[in-house]
Amino acid sequence: MCLAIPGQIVERSPDHPDLATVEVSRVRRVINVALLADEPLQPGDWVLIHVGFAMSLISEDAAREQLRLLAMLGEDEEAMRELDGLPATSADTP
Amino acid sequence: MKYVDDFRDPALIRQAAAEIRALADPSRRYRLMEVCGGHTHAIYRFALADLLPPNIELIHGPGCPVCVLPMGRLDDGLAVAEEHGAIFTTFGDVMRVPGRRGSPLERKSKGVDVRMVYSPLDALRIATREPDRHVIFFAIGFETTAPSTALTVLRARALGVTNFSVFCNHVTILPAVRAILESPDMRLDGFIGPGHVSTVIGCQPFSFVAREHRRPLVTSGFEPLDLLQAIVMILRQLRAGRADVENQYARVVPWDGNRAALRAIAEVFELRPYFEWRGLGFISQSALQIRDAYAGWDTERRFVVPGVRVADPKAAQCGEVLKGVLKPHECKLFGCECTPERPIGALMVSSEGACAAHYNYARRQESRREPVAVTLADTAAT
Repeated sequence: MCLAIPGQIVERSPDHPDLATVEVSRVRRVINVALLADEPLQPGDWVLIHVGFAMSLISEDAAREQLRLLAMLGEDEEAMRELDGLPATSADTP
Repeated sequence: MKYVDDFRDPALIRQAAAEIRALADPSRRYRLMEVCGGHTHAIYRFALADLLPPNIELIHGPGCPVCVLPMGRLDDGLAVAEEHGAIFTTFGDVMRVPGRRGSPLERKSKGVDVRMVYSPLDALRIATREPDRHVIFFAIGFETTAPSTALTVLRARALGVTNFSVFCNHVTILPAVRAILESPDMRLDGFIGPGHVSTVIGCQPFSFVAREHRRPLVTSGFEPLDLLQAIVMILRQLRAGRADVENQYARVVPWDGNRAALRAIAEVFELRPYFEWRGLGFISQSALQIRDAYAGWDTERRFVVPGVRVADPKAAQCGEVLKGVLKPHECKLFGCECTPERPIGALMVSSEGACAAHYNYARRQESRREPVAVTLADTAAT
């Protein structure tokens, strides 16, 4: 719950402006980006994800640091499990 | 210094540690509190206390949401689910938290429909797929997770989903920090401000710590170097006689926070008059409840909630540990009656709690040191 998982935006959908597809360690998942509505999010941008919601826009360097930190804290597997729990396509999101 | 070579930028780590030693006045003690449970975990995991001079003590604050949740709230949520045949959903962190009649995981094995979710939206999804069942999302967390719950309630309303409600236990960090500062046995010299909470609320709301209480607060990242740099920044302030709020984690934390997240919180939630925190007792205006406009998605208004209160055992000294009056192992129950497997006090409940972190890491470190000593002795003998 308190994990911050970095993900890279790979796709925005014009039909679902609140959703985006992100990729983390080659896993693609759909997250909610409504909390970054004030930011012009583009494919290629990195975000920090909390419980399925992108909470902050960060640099690629900061994202790599965060991945490394999760591994050092022994929380990387938990982070991937959390990510696996999120929907794989926007059709699965209510 | 065992871990230092594994860290990114070991040279910078050594430099920061040297700067801390140079800044710290050997004739005084420094008690610095990290507010966030994630910081507590990182401090123990990286054995950062080993890099600090002995007169700098890190006190582990109230920022572990699972730890401060009163047991009665969990009992209440599970009781409502059981009585109404509802689906009880919550984050994985809550699944093993003991209630008076067992943890959610144990209650699941006794027939309560308990399901772990990774996002509040997962809980809403279950409600849309199983329209004949009621789904309760047992919400927990500080400002980091509150916006997600708020957006989920807004989504439920937009979709017209009526078989979904939130049992809200969201707490806010500022009143807890204020309660600690106003406590009669307060003896802290400065604060390491929370990282992820601050991405939502920003740094500015902590200004009362500096202005009213004359204590420095530096918002920090979670890497070893971040935490050491935050300590450097606090010591510089103390040395100069300053008390300011500063941001070490500016690469992630905006000074003003995340406005969309704050708007979502303000739309759906309002402050409760008071809320109980395990280890700290009742703190006024320290938690969120769902506004009248969204009462249809509030478990506590949709159903009659028993209102169970489970007092912390008197022998557990969680409050003293939270305020830095006692160290975890100085509590009478630590490691004997109270362990991570069978927690009695709040701080033993989650790996981010001060006592569980101390139990898991500090003890392991002790055992790690011994074989090293043996090896050295063996080498000397041969």
